[in-house]
Amino acid sequence: MKRPAPRGPLSTALLTVLSGAPDDAAEDLDILHRLAAARIGETPDIIDDDDVQLALFCLYELHYSGLDGVDDAWEWEPELLRVRRLLEGPFEAALRCAAGDAAEGLELDSAANSDQVADALFRLAASDAGPSVSRYVARKASLEQLKEFLVHKSIYQLKEADPHTWAIPRLTGRAKAAMVEIQADEYGGGRPERMHSTLFARTMRGLGLDDRYGTYVDAVPALSLAAVNLMSLCGLNRRLRGAIAGHLAIYEMTSSQPNRFYGNGFRRHGFGPDVTHYFDEHVEADAVHEQIAGRDLAGGLVEAEPGLLADVIFGATAAMAIDARMSAHLVGSWENGRSSLRTAGPAAA
Amino acid sequence: MKQDQPESSIVVCPDGPLIVRGDFEIVTPSGLPVPRDRQTVALCRCGASAIKPYCDGTHKFTKFRSGPAVQEGPAPEDG
Repeated sequence: MKRPAPRGPLSTALLTVLSGAPDDAAEDLDILHRLAAARIGETPDIIDDDDVQLALFCLYELHYSGLDGVDDAWEWEPELLRVRRLLEGPFEAALRCAAGDAAEGLELDSAANSDQVADALFRLAASDAGPSVSRYVARKASLEQLKEFLVHKSIYQLKEADPHTWAIPRLTGRAKAAMVEIQADEYGGGRPERMHSTLFARTMRGLGLDDRYGTYVDAVPALSLAAVNLMSLCGLNRRLRGAIAGHLAIYEMTSSQPNRFYGNGFRRHGFGPDVTHYFDEHVEADAVHEQIAGRDLAGGLVEAEPGLLADVIFGATAAMAIDARMSAHLVGSWENGRSSLRTAGPAAA
Repeated sequence: MKQDQPESSIVVCPDGPLIVRGDFEIVTPSGLPVPRDRQTVALCRCGASAIKPYCDGTHKFTKFRSGPAVQEGPAPEDG
């Protein structure tokens, strides 16, 4: 993707370092490390910190499709990984703190079988009581707000499913088969034109938006990046394989109905199947995926590795906590007649 | 895969749909294929889906209960 604009001293230093060669950056990396340490010491809220979340997003992006003009060799540069770990520590701590409340009252222990794990996750998903973006989109959103909605989603949806795919080699047996079955569907079942990321790109084009991956990174707030960074954190760290399984399960379980509402919102503005197919596809697909993800992926993983139960719940509740903050931001902005983006309307981005 | 494994299976999801996996067709009473976009499907059994025969997750909002848990019995005889 194109290199984003920096949002503070840390991301400025990172993007400067990345524009050079890994072999010749010892001094700059040292400065970067000190800036990162300073930033995490002073940020009041790392989840909503533009500078930290953009830096993390760029560091993770080295493992996906890379950044334009940045040497691929940076991906495994130990000093850069050290910076990433420095940022990941307090980010994960903040996520665990935010996730804590949602997990109360589940009454699960590590001897839970797969049906009990699925049942607990379904109950969690049903407990989601924050402001509803999907109802707002269905009933009230203006055309400009629909575009904003797609801009926020584009940060993840144009690489939909990729962060969870990291988990495949870390799983075995039933959980692995479940993950592969879900991901095969996400990636179009062998038909590239049916890949969910491709369907989302078509929806974006239908509203006149640029569908190239990463185009709108500069336009979205820290929270939108944090939602994707959560997935990369859990996907790229083997020790968090339980969390990425729980994350996928709760994503699938909170998807079918909202996607019906999203589709209705776009139909209300006169858009046809070329735009709404992405959402309609998810109504059907995620009703399948939520069963497999809850029972076979998350439940199967806990049966195989009971010690991972807490992380499965962490991944699920962290996703819900970030999503709740994001929903409050979107609906709060829109209800008050403000843009939810950092920059002016997406047409200007 | 073992030779005696059935070619398809139906998972009876508690309070939810039937997940059908494997080699099968979904057809109308006259035998015409029902449009199908994926290998493994979830079939509605609460009656409230807006995309029948497929599940759309509505059972979660209508508090559909599938009744007592399905009893696990011995595997059927081969044959």
